[in-house]
This record gives sequence, C-alpha cells and structure tokens, in this order.
Amino acid sequence: MTDDAQPAPETKPEPKPEPVVEPAPAVEAAAAPVEPAPAAIQPEPPAPVPVKATKRPLVKRHHGIVRITHWLNAVLLLGMIASGLQIYGAFPHFGPRNGPYLPNPWDGKKFPESVRLGGWLAGGLNWHFALAWPFVAGGLAYLLYLITSGEWRSLLFRPRDIPRAIQMQLYYLRLRREHPPQGKHNALQKGAYSFIIFLAIISVLTGFAIYKPAQLSWLTALFGGYELTRYWHFWAVWIFIAFSIVHVLLVFLVDPASLRSMITGWYRGRFPSHD
Amino acid sequence: MTDDRSLSRRDLFRLGMVAGPAALAASCGWQGGPLMPKLNSISLFNDWVGEKILLRNGRLAPVYPVSKRTPSHLFPSYALTNPRPEPPAGWALNVGGLVSKPAVLTLEMIEALPRVTYTVKHHCVEGWSAIATWTGAPLSAIINMVEPKPEAKYLRFDTFDHNYYNGWDLKSAMHPQTLLAYSFNGGPLGAAHGGPVRVYSPIKLGYKLTKYLTSLTFTAERPGGYWEDQGYPWLGGV
Repeated sequence: MTDDAQPAPETKPEPKPEPVVEPAPAVEAAAAPVEPAPAAIQPEPPAPVPVKATKRPLVKRHHGIVRITHWLNAVLLLGMIASGLQIYGAFPHFGPRNGPYLPNPWDGKKFPESVRLGGWLAGGLNWHFALAWPFVAGGLAYLLYLITSGEWRSLLFRPRDIPRAIQMQLYYLRLRREHPPQGKHNALQKGAYSFIIFLAIISVLTGFAIYKPAQLSWLTALFGGYELTRYWHFWAVWIFIAFSIVHVLLVFLVDPASLRSMITGWYRGRFPSHD
Repeated sequence: MTDDRSLSRRDLFRLGMVAGPAALAASCGWQGGPLMPKLNSISLFNDWVGEKILLRNGRLAPVYPVSKRTPSHLFPSYALTNPRPEPPAGWALNVGGLVSKPAVLTLEMIEALPRVTYTVKHHCVEGWSAIATWTGAPLSAIINMVEPKPEAKYLRFDTFDHNYYNGWDLKSAMHPQTLLAYSFNGGPLGAAHGGPVRVYSPIKLGYKLTKYLTSLTFTAERPGGYWEDQGYPWLGGV
C-alpha cells in the first residue's frame, strides 16, 4: 500500500484554519484537566467550507490489537448469534416449561434456517460453545490493551461526557450549528462504545450463568435466576444487532475514512485521532 | 495515491472478503461440514473445563421449597419407548465392571440405603426448567459399596428403554446430590419418570439423568451415550 510507505507516522494534525470539528490541539491539551473551552469561544468560520482542498495528514488511529479483535468480533458475533438463534428454537419461550412466559415478540416462533447455524440443537450448542472461547479471549485481549495503553481514556464515557453528549445530540438534530469539539471520539461515540463493551460483558456473564446454572448459581441468582438470565442473554442479541446496524450506517454517513483506519490502522479523515 | 472515495470502496470490498464466508457459514442451518470433528474436539475441551474447573464436589445446587414445585402432571417426561417402558419381571440393578465387589441390587436393597430427599430445578438442554422433589440413595453410597478399582474412571448406565445408555465421570457420580432415585414428588417414579430406579442429579442436564436403569458398569474408557453419540455435549453438567 502506497500510503503506508509515507514517512512521519504519528503526524499530529498541524493547526490549520480548516477544522470545524478539530479544536486546535494545543488549546485542547492546555485545557485538559479543566473543562475544555466550549466551542462558542472558538472563532468559527461563518459557514463550514468544504475542506477537500487541504490534504490531511495520514495518522495512525487504531492499534493492531484493536483492528484484529474488532473484525474477529464481527465474525464471531455473527456466529454466536446464528448458533444462539438455533438453540432458541428448541424451547422458544422464556419462563418455566409450562409458563407463564416472559414478554417476547418471538415467543413460540422459530427463526428461519437461513439465519441459524448448527442445523439442529446439538450443532447449535457445539458452535455456540466453541465460538464463545475466542469471543471471550478476544474481548479480554482488547480490554487488556485498552487498560495498559491508556486508550480507555478516549473511549470510556464518564459523567463529564454527559453535557458533551447532549451538545453532540443537538448538533445531530440540527439544533446546534457547529460540530462540538471532540477528541478521538465524540461523547456520543464514547457512550455507545462504553455501552457495547458493557453489553458484551453482560452477554458473556449471562451466557456462563445459563451454561452452568448449578455450579455458578450465585451468578445466575445475580441476574434473577435461570429463566430471567436466559431472557437477558436473548435481549442482548437484539441490542447487538441494533448497535451493529447503526454502527455501520454511521461509519458510511459520518466518517467513511474510519473504515480504512479499522482495516489498515491509518486514518486520513476530519476527526482527531488522539485526545 | 488514491482519493478517499476509491479507498473506501476498496475497503468495502475487503470487508466483503471477511463478512462473506461468515454469512455463508451462518446461512442454511449449516452444521459445520468438515469442521464437525473440530467442533467435537472443542466440545471435549469444554467437558474438561466443566469437570475439572467448574465442577466442585462440595458445591451443592440450589434447593427450592416444595411450594415452588412444577405440578406433577406438568413435569415433562421423555423416553425413547412409547408407550412408556415397563420394567422386566424380577427387575434388579446390576453393578459391575471394574469393581472389587460386584452387586445385584433389588429395589428394596436400594431403598434400605441412606435416603436423600431434595426439591431441585431440572435443566433441560432445550432450555426449559422445572422443579420437582426426588428421593433416592446417594450414588456415592453404592460406589463405595462395590469398591471401584483404581483404573475405573467412568460409569456407564444401561436401560430397558430401547437402546438408551449414558456415561458419566466419577466426580459427578460421587457428588452428594447425585442419587439413584426411586421417588418423584413423594410418590413412586412410575413409568413416566423412569421407574423403578433412575439417576437423578441437579448438576447435570436432563439427558444425563438416565431413566429405567438396568445396570451400572465401571469402565476405564469413556462410554458414549444415546444423545452424546449424535453430537450432544458429553459432560452435560450445569
């Protein structure tokens, strides 16, 4: 790839008049411990001028571990969901054998064969329990990387992100004209990514709790017992699917350059790659 | 150097290279084809984790009050034979294989052994659960009675329900809640629940709780099982 051969990998974006969304890095760094200067203080160009003319620097955005675990997750999650939907068909209810059943739009229904993996219950179980290991291992590797590299700082949604998330939402609703300043991720992204990591942890824990409800009965009890734990495990699926659809849509609608960075690690886009 | 647009198109193509096979695998209810043996090996690894790491002999499965019981007539009962199999005349349980003192136990002899009653949750591999009260003799009492040889590592259960059979690890068999049960919800097991004697334990899935027992055989090699031979996880521990 020609771009990768380009020198100066960790190029910091030089301050230029261009970025509506990029606060001058120096200002951001200086203001780091305090609440960063609200965008209103910054002089804004009267109208967002297309910045195509300026050649943005190519920066390293995602570490190899992040990229590998991201795509591993995409494939594994697909397999986990497909085999999970196969398993679901053996008893398509939530609750004791003879009811009453918990509310579920798919109660009593089987999913079409085209979205199932495993062919029958045993096949679905074997796929599900086999894919669970790399899913957990990848998740742990990713979390370990986030913690040791300090990257968690640009990802973890904290209380101070609440007002920023509101500003970001106002911008998306076109109630605010200028894009709020952001680091590697905006506050809404931080919220989404923090939440999905939390959801993955819940999925794994509820999964183990219904896999070994006697040996791990304390964990099963924590989620409200076997039937409810199975219910949460199932709902996590739909949240994952909804997240993935929105995630992919936003990549193409908001920041197509980020797709390349999740593949090669390198980014030439309109957002900062470092906080 | 290419511009952003064609790059993202190329990236889309790469994404397709990854997502394509995954989607293909997920479609059409694929069982695994050439990957099936691999899946089975991983299942054996899962059994190992289940037995060696997660299964603690001293850890008891939760017990429930009798008021939580599933009504007796609603407690599911599965068997291969229909109508439900009746025990052969002069039924007795043969205990043999790699043991020092093989035994033939009548129902009266089993009932004379120490008696355990508990109300526990039954977990079916299908995903449902139900609660019932079971009474029986701890399997550990019978294992201690026949004195397994050191090379005995597994226990095979045979039945008079067609060709249904099953294999257990000795650690699960020695668990204090593993019973040779002869009573369901205070009454006899009956033909529906595996009478005269069945295996019961809240630490295994329903298909491991072999009904209509005829013999217990201690083995050095791991026995298969009716469902396990078809691909279901062997340990079936919960």
